[in-house]
Amino acid sequence: MKAPVSWIKEYVDLPADVTTDELAHRLTALGLKLEAIERAGGDITGPLVVGRVLTMEPEPQKNGKTINWCTVDVGSANGTGEPQGIVCGAHNFAPGDLVVVVLPGGVLPGGFEISERKTYGHVSAGMICSARELGLGDDHAGIIVLPAGAGQPGDDAFDVLGLREEVIEFEINPDRAYALSLRGVAREAALAYDAPYVDPAARVTPEPNDQGYPVIIDDPTGCPVFVARTVSGFDPSAPTPDWMARRLQQAGMRPISLGVDVTNYVMLELGHPIHGYDADRLAGPIRVRRATEGERLTTLDGARRVLSAEDLVVTDDSGPIGLGGVMGGETTEMSEATTRILVEVASWDPVSMFRTGKRHKLTSEAGKRNERGVDPTIPEAAADRVVELLVAHGGATADPGVTKVGEAPATPAIQIAADLPARVTGMPIEPATVISCLEAIGCNVDGEEHLVVVPPPWRRDLTDPFDLVEEVARIVGYDQVPSVVPVAPAGRGLTQGQLLRRRVGRTLAGDGFVEVLTFPFVGSEAFDALGLDAGDPRRTALRLANPLSAEAPLMTTTLLPGLLETVARNLGRGTTDLALFEIATVTLPNVGVAAPILPVDRRPTDGEWDDLQKALPDQPLHLALALAGDRELSGWWGPGRAATWSDAVAGVRDVAAALGVTVDVRAAHQAPWHPGRCAEITVTDGMGAQRALGYAGELHPRVCKAFGVPARTAVAEIDLSALLDLAVEVVPAPSLSSYPVAKEDVALVVDESVPAETLARTLREGAGELCESVRLFDVYTGEQIGAGRKSLAFALRFRAPDRTLTEAETAAARNAAVALAAERHGAEQRT
Amino acid sequence: MSGPNSSYDPVQVTPLGEEQVFAMRDAALAAIAAAADLDELKRVRTEHAGDRSPLGLANREIGALPPQARKEAGLRVGQARGAVNQALAARSEELEAEAEDRMLAEETVDVTLPWDRMPRGARHPITMMSDRIADIFVAMGWEVAEGPLVEAEWLNFDALNLGADHPARTMQDTFWTEPAENHVVLRTHTSPVQARTMLTREPPIYVVCPGRVFRTDEYDATHSPMFHQVEGLVVDEGITMAHLKGSLDHFAQAVFGEGITTRFRPSYFPFTEPSAEVDLVCFVCRGTGEVPAPDADGGTGQSVTCRTCRGEGWIEWGGCGVVNPSVLVACGVDPDRYTGFAFGMGIDRTLMFRHGVEDLRSFFEGDVRFSRAFGTEI
Repeated sequence: MKAPVSWIKEYVDLPADVTTDELAHRLTALGLKLEAIERAGGDITGPLVVGRVLTMEPEPQKNGKTINWCTVDVGSANGTGEPQGIVCGAHNFAPGDLVVVVLPGGVLPGGFEISERKTYGHVSAGMICSARELGLGDDHAGIIVLPAGAGQPGDDAFDVLGLREEVIEFEINPDRAYALSLRGVAREAALAYDAPYVDPAARVTPEPNDQGYPVIIDDPTGCPVFVARTVSGFDPSAPTPDWMARRLQQAGMRPISLGVDVTNYVMLELGHPIHGYDADRLAGPIRVRRATEGERLTTLDGARRVLSAEDLVVTDDSGPIGLGGVMGGETTEMSEATTRILVEVASWDPVSMFRTGKRHKLTSEAGKRNERGVDPTIPEAAADRVVELLVAHGGATADPGVTKVGEAPATPAIQIAADLPARVTGMPIEPATVISCLEAIGCNVDGEEHLVVVPPPWRRDLTDPFDLVEEVARIVGYDQVPSVVPVAPAGRGLTQGQLLRRRVGRTLAGDGFVEVLTFPFVGSEAFDALGLDAGDPRRTALRLANPLSAEAPLMTTTLLPGLLETVARNLGRGTTDLALFEIATVTLPNVGVAAPILPVDRRPTDGEWDDLQKALPDQPLHLALALAGDRELSGWWGPGRAATWSDAVAGVRDVAAALGVTVDVRAAHQAPWHPGRCAEITVTDGMGAQRALGYAGELHPRVCKAFGVPARTAVAEIDLSALLDLAVEVVPAPSLSSYPVAKEDVALVVDESVPAETLARTLREGAGELCESVRLFDVYTGEQIGAGRKSLAFALRFRAPDRTLTEAETAAARNAAVALAAERHGAEQRT
Repeated sequence: MSGPNSSYDPVQVTPLGEEQVFAMRDAALAAIAAAADLDELKRVRTEHAGDRSPLGLANREIGALPPQARKEAGLRVGQARGAVNQALAARSEELEAEAEDRMLAEETVDVTLPWDRMPRGARHPITMMSDRIADIFVAMGWEVAEGPLVEAEWLNFDALNLGADHPARTMQDTFWTEPAENHVVLRTHTSPVQARTMLTREPPIYVVCPGRVFRTDEYDATHSPMFHQVEGLVVDEGITMAHLKGSLDHFAQAVFGEGITTRFRPSYFPFTEPSAEVDLVCFVCRGTGEVPAPDADGGTGQSVTCRTCRGEGWIEWGGCGVVNPSVLVACGVDPDRYTGFAFGMGIDRTLMFRHGVEDLRSFFEGDVRFSRAFGTEI
């Protein structure tokens, strides 16, 4: 809402020393939030005066241009009273015209200083101004020619042009519909300064009679009040007065024609939307009803609309002529031939207005006010004001007929305990203050301890005691609210799950991974790029009805696309050695159960609550890793080490270890990984069942290409929720033996297909209780051991809790380990 | 050392006169002093202090002397050998120290060589700020509540007094999911966690909920379809706006430092009544709206408008209010017994102010240089 300060001051008598900045801040403190203050011509300094052109001599120039050498009467503004000689390049004026002249010493927007100067063979003492030069618009086609009676030569042009008018733009919250008018803004200003206020809607209006235009309301719920007035003999060519056009512009509306401008002006003034019809284009009585499904109407914006049975329409014998309260129709629009105007001021049901606006994707100044609720008691005043202005400026005659159908509904009273504002705000507000605050905003208040409050008709947002508390609080002042830290009962701190999530992030950061956060939106192209099969469950994704981009309408089921795009972006910015991680939820849709819209007047039942939960997709927390380039850089210390599949597996293993969970790893085939370099990460759950948590390894070369990431980029993705569930809550302390350790190394030759992990487990099992650890320290393949075979070298450590092991004991354990490996995997000991 | 000389050959017996012993001793001492390194010293030791050295042989001969001469000769030879051994030990220590010095000098490295072998890891500043905020409230006895990002329409709107026909629904441009009749949205704020908390816990309730939210905003320097909020909710007996103000003042100071307080402005949210916007004293200019001009000659005393708050002295931080009784009713809390307050602040916004982040997109581009700058704690 843009409110010109001079307009505000028409209704409220503010103290003379109140500046616009101060006013804006006081209103902000009351809840009308300052967005901006506009100062037209604020960067112009005088002398800027009205001048009358006395003579103009066209003088063609060598450069092909023709300039006018003018003499201009500027009264005594130049100190001499003599005509001012000025060179002007424009041609849209003639001797006798009133123009705007900036004299030497003046400064125009952009710091453009005006001085006497020699140009085109003359001394030009000033400048005749265009609208653009004054920062008043883009019109640079010619200079401003003022209307004949605009002023006398030498008059200050600031006033004539409405310069230095200050306009405050407010952001109006949806509950304060009354502030979408000068009437409302001025009322708040009066409240802020306790200043005298004149309500522009308070006017004596002619009594309704039966000579007015016939109006029938079929749906009094949708349209409780309808007022119609008509004027005749309107001059459609009559111009909109300058002051009105200027105020409309200042308020952000475009002047169109007098008939339209008057309805807009009064809407801004009083906050009530108004519609004007060309009365000669109306056929028969006006009837307000709900539309029939599929009915059609072309609205003023030229859109052909198919109506719904819920839309409220204004009709005549021809059918719908307007979408009630939202936008008029084309067939009865006022035109340059209109001489009879019917003025409609009607109250509409806000919910219908909101739904119609949403259904037809139609936002209008009228709709914005009607859907928030307007004062239903002022339609007569608004119609009368419109008639007054049409008569005054359009040469029209007010017809005697006054139609009024329906009555404004009474505003329901609100019961409130007088101490409620104090109890809710924590401010010591006396009941007397409560009463005076409520009366100040126009409420009728009865009682002392238990108040019965009838809000004013323009405050339809006030419906319950807490609404009144806010009114009292804002008038007393939000800055008066004391600051008291509440004392909570002893808390339990972070949950185990919350602590563990932090641990995962810190572990990875300690491992050199950098955390990123990516958007969860993907398109099916991303799944193609990952090489997912048609039947891959990850392709089943929740679809957005209104995605920001048509290319990414799905909620992702995997973190990999976002992560790989991030790898590519870093690469593009010159960072080639990358280790990234992301922890975020993915969305796994379940089978189409709808989430119920539950009642709000009570707590949902357990059954309803369960239904609501069931309707939501699974949203497990995932962890994804991506590595590219070098894991360790090369440098003066020697060569670097490229990141490989094993770093991705190691990242997952580190996280699992940090959580105290033992994970198993086995070879797997899974997109988007390299079929020979993909590890499935599994865990054994509490019931002893193996469960896959996710995968880690090297990306398939085709996937690398599709995402534009380097060959051999390694990634991992696991279900972190599942891993967190298995985390060890309380770590049992180890019991350490201080007896000496016995070390034995064994090298075993096995078939290439035997996984190292399996062989290690067998050794451990075979070595028995005395075995403290088994660590693989070398892998060898080559001619010496034959094709299709590999040699794995393990370091075994043995220790007993209660004694030093004898060589015989150690050897026996070691031999048992080797024997079991031989039995299970055909392992041969290499000597 | 040789044993006692019990059967000696008189032929080999040499005189052990004072002069001779002194000469042997002096020759040994001279040789020790002249030894340039440990190897040479080793040779000198054999030559002058070994069994076959003159003094060693002299020692052997003592037993061959007539008993009356033994004592004197023994004393003389013993003293000479002692002096030699002492000199050997001293020289040896000296030479070892020299050798060590030389070795250490040779092993000197350039300690300024770079050590960027393993690129540093980092957590995301938003994660870290969320943790930090959680910790501030946990220290006050609050707990951290959570809820899903893909949320039921009823929880995101209706339960919060935002019915289907509420004009304020259009204030939050919502991502809707298909099919529409499932009534599932991407949560537009962390406020559904309020409803979830009230529906699953008994008052007194003191919780915060940092989390991710979504709105259909075009992606630019100040808008993002995904951003982060922290929700606060307190429901208890006797809770007032004063407690809300106290909590936010504490929060502001814990994040931005001493003296950074908050200001309430009347506002509107369907789920709170009264409602307020929360402004924060600009922590760059500390509320003055001006900062010293970045002038070369510093001491001009001139100031320029603060860029962070655009001269206002205050920056918009979030929204808050007293929980609307209709929300309490929908969530099964007795509005006659309990009152509550709630607030919601932007985490991304908080970081932008606190760290001077100029472009919101920096948080979501994943440029590792950005996150690394913040390290692992914020």
